[in-house]
Amino acid sequence: MQKSDFYRGTIHSLASSTIMNLTLKIWRQRNRDDAGKFATYQISNVSPDMSFLEMLDVLNVDLIKKGDEPVAFDHDCREGICGSCGLMVDGRAHGPGRGVATCQVHMRSFRDGDVVVIEPWRAGPFPVIKDLIVDRTSFDRIMQAGGYVSVKTGGAPDGNAIPISKHVSDEAFDAAACIGCGACVAACPNSSAMLFVAAKISHLALLPQGGPERKARALRMVEQMDKEGFGNCSNNYACEAECPKEISVAHIARLNREFLKAKLT
Amino acid sequence: MNSLVSFYRSSIGKKVVMSLTGLFLCLFLVEHLVGNLLLFANDGGHLYEEYSQWLVSNPVIRVIEVVLFASLFGHALSALVVWIKNRRARPVKYAKYRLDENAELASRITMLGGSVIFLFLVVHLWSFFVPLRVTGTTMTAYQLVVQKFSDPWFCAFYLFALVVLGYHLKHGFQSAFQTLGLMHKKYQWLLGLTAFVFWFVLPAGFASLPVYFYFFSPPTPSAVVLGVQ
Repeated sequence: MQKSDFYRGTIHSLASSTIMNLTLKIWRQRNRDDAGKFATYQISNVSPDMSFLEMLDVLNVDLIKKGDEPVAFDHDCREGICGSCGLMVDGRAHGPGRGVATCQVHMRSFRDGDVVVIEPWRAGPFPVIKDLIVDRTSFDRIMQAGGYVSVKTGGAPDGNAIPISKHVSDEAFDAAACIGCGACVAACPNSSAMLFVAAKISHLALLPQGGPERKARALRMVEQMDKEGFGNCSNNYACEAECPKEISVAHIARLNREFLKAKLT
Repeated sequence: MNSLVSFYRSSIGKKVVMSLTGLFLCLFLVEHLVGNLLLFANDGGHLYEEYSQWLVSNPVIRVIEVVLFASLFGHALSALVVWIKNRRARPVKYAKYRLDENAELASRITMLGGSVIFLFLVVHLWSFFVPLRVTGTTMTAYQLVVQKFSDPWFCAFYLFALVVLGYHLKHGFQSAFQTLGLMHKKYQWLLGLTAFVFWFVLPAGFASLPVYFYFFSPPTPSAVVLGVQ
């Protein structure tokens, strides 16, 4: 037996022993106004090495071949950076595991014969556009309310001109790692956007560049968050547990501090 | 005035009110327990009676009593408003939602626990506060305690409510500090320790009373006269 044949055979037997057949219960909704309902699909020959979104790609190819409408879901980078993907998989935002976006979930997290329930993020301020895609522009409006620093245009400033201590920049970076996917809202029993808003406020409050607009930012972003209809934080910390960037709820404490300081002084 | 209204209207404002009133109620629990422990003096309720009379006759305590009822009202009302808004924020529910994998039990049953505690307070005030302070009774506070805690169902309800209170405070105490922006990893251990005193030691202290009076305390002569046991 040739060496390459031996390896190919080993890989084949390993793979075939773990190939899965799954039942998918997926939320289908034609548009914003449609009531929507669950549809059940059988999918076979799912490799444990596939990502969750690749598995949905395979399902969609099957659906298109049959002349059915493919399942609409958001995705872009597929490496956990862009924050586009976001599915409620088996009752967990971004599916099983910690610190991962849906695109980083592998099918090895499931077992042959599993029934997998796939739903869109559920929150009043995240209306479903189609199937599993939700409208997250409420996050954009919160950012427009104050999630920025005003700078004079001109030549690029020297990156090292403003000294910032390592631990402060690290903490600001931890907050800045937020990709705005909305998993915090999806996981929260109150559909609260506090972790998202906290990450943005914390990121800018910690850095000197965010100083001049610090008070106005905290007030305006919280006001916009409330206006969008997000719920109140009840400190369940489900947001931190499901955040693909594992952003700490300590930032929510800072947001509360920033808001109180801005309101009281 | 407008700024106060706008503060309360914000989501964080209502939570701050809940935190401050909740912490004040926690402080009251400490005072209440210290007073209740006088029931263990084994002097037929003499010391406890003196303490009760001092409380009733002290004008400062009377003012604090008003603040206490206001805090209770503010805490419960804010909780209700927040809870209704939170339910509205998710008009379509998930078919499958595994919050249990991401959040502690204590944090998931806060509203339910709060409702049980409210019910308990109605029973508690009806049993002790109303006869002693409103309608009037021939019994002393001590005799009333002995009489009430001779009923096993009354004791069981008290113990159940105290377990619920423990869970409520397990989440609520630390939650208050998080809402007030005072949570920091540097003194997290201290807060955890203090929280333990509030959610475990305090309810356990209160629970010792019905247990003691039901199982171990012989009825006082006056209680016998009143037909207890």
